[in-house]
Amino acid sequence: MITLSNINKTFRVAKRQAGFGRAVKALFSREYELVQALNDVSFTISDGKMVGYIGPNGAGKSTTIKIMCGILTPDSGMCEINGRVPWRDRIAHVREIGVVFGQRSQLWWDVPIIDSFELIRDIYKIDRKTYKNNLDELTELLDLGELLKTPARSLSLGQRMRCEFAASLLHNPKILFLDEPTIGLDAVSKITVRQFIKKLNAERGTTVILTTHDMQDIEALTERILLIGKGRILLDGSLDELKKRSSKRKTLVVEYTGSEPEIPDNMTPVEKKNGRLVITLDPEVLPVSDAITYLAARTELTDVSVSGISAEEMVAELYREYHI
Amino acid sequence: MVQLYIKFFAMHLKSQMQYKLSFFLTALGQFFASFTVLLGVYFMFSRFREVEGYTFEHVLLCFAAVLMAYSIAEMFGRGFDQFPLMLGNGEFDRALVRPRSVIFQVLAAKMDFTRLGRLFQAILVFCYAIPNSGVIWTWDKVLTLLLMVVCGSLIFFALFIVYAGFTFFTVEGLEFMNIFTDGGREFGRYPFSIYGKRILTFLTFVVPLALFQYYPLQYLLDREKSILYMFTPVIGLLFIMPCYAFFRIGLRRYKSTGS
Repeated sequence: MITLSNINKTFRVAKRQAGFGRAVKALFSREYELVQALNDVSFTISDGKMVGYIGPNGAGKSTTIKIMCGILTPDSGMCEINGRVPWRDRIAHVREIGVVFGQRSQLWWDVPIIDSFELIRDIYKIDRKTYKNNLDELTELLDLGELLKTPARSLSLGQRMRCEFAASLLHNPKILFLDEPTIGLDAVSKITVRQFIKKLNAERGTTVILTTHDMQDIEALTERILLIGKGRILLDGSLDELKKRSSKRKTLVVEYTGSEPEIPDNMTPVEKKNGRLVITLDPEVLPVSDAITYLAARTELTDVSVSGISAEEMVAELYREYHI
Repeated sequence: MVQLYIKFFAMHLKSQMQYKLSFFLTALGQFFASFTVLLGVYFMFSRFREVEGYTFEHVLLCFAAVLMAYSIAEMFGRGFDQFPLMLGNGEFDRALVRPRSVIFQVLAAKMDFTRLGRLFQAILVFCYAIPNSGVIWTWDKVLTLLLMVVCGSLIFFALFIVYAGFTFFTVEGLEFMNIFTDGGREFGRYPFSIYGKRILTFLTFVVPLALFQYYPLQYLLDREKSILYMFTPVIGLLFIMPCYAFFRIGLRRYKSTGS
């Protein structure tokens, strides 16, 4: 159980100014600017849930994660994770969490992966039996086999990421924090990672908190989304709810042979080009089936596809709506 | 804790042995860099037979003790020396999410075995200076020399901790700390008294480098008989406490500012 209530965090950032004269001046007196990184952030996450934490760069995602990991202390507010305050009880707290930073490695560069794993075993004081069970299970799930004997420097990013996941899970954490876990991965690796996270959540009941810019991660993994912008929680709800909330317009793509049909007022053309037509419409005004019937009567349709708004577009719309 | 440290030690050794040629060349470079310093001392003494009553061999004892103390401190305390890097690339955040003491993790994060080049040189110089210095090596003299080296490395180590502690406050102008670390090594080749009374006082009470160099040397060369001179290096260890406290204060600040 994770509870954050009224967390505030302000950073003091040195103002940097252009020009030599000012740079010299800055040597002696610095001007500081206060940046409110988190503004009254509150939320609760129950055990075994998967939550996507999204927001543009600099919105406060990392700061929140760092507070939950016990790396940072907030200015005010309370955070309790499994009955502990992370920054007060750091060592007991971190035993129960796993952290994967997509852009930073925790594996030793020049030695085989298995050596890194064994060092982690000793750092966390994992007993031999648990370690062996976990290692076997993770090796199978993530298909590590041969990789274990290879040093991290000779692995591809995708392979390394799989090892990073295993490294963060050897001590059976109850909560897993993922900071952009799929960044820079190819399509196959992304899918492997997503499937793994899903399985982990389903089988071990691990709580997963995920920050990402990849909306497919969100669509594939999380039931619940927290949207943060300028240090405030703006939205907290399921992906479906959010989709319903945002624009209901549908996009209709048709391909046809024959003459170009005339477009009535209740359809908005987006693209018209030899044999292909993209239009958007509001299904409450004009049902999709009616639109297709209308077009079919006027030309020879060869292909029709209908789509709602994508998660990507939805988030872009949200960012615009909240000016973040 | 000790066991885990040994595991880290083995990992570092394994990693660095991946690049054997680079390892040996760097170690060789370390050797020659301090060799030129040794030559400097040699030429000095080929002109002036004595400096403040110290002979060439006396100075070599001092030189080797400081060099050895420093290279041991550097070999094991590299993590603190490279701490700004750890802080910059997020490695330190990783240490904070692991269930071990922060100081221990910084200590274990880096070890640099190329410093063996310097250590080797210190051993060679000892091999020459110990039999030729005219010191009669009774057990108390042996202990004095041992204390100079062991406490010396711990005091240098404390300076590295202060250096790392400063990183929490600023990333600029950290080089001034080198006056005490690298400077201590370079100027420590002569007994600190030759730099004047003020410097000696400073190095006794503020940054206690003289406590493991000048004072025990007096006992070693029979210039002072009091047993107090033999144990000054141990008194110097008190210096570690404020250094550690300083690092803790810095860490608390880091946790509240994140920068």
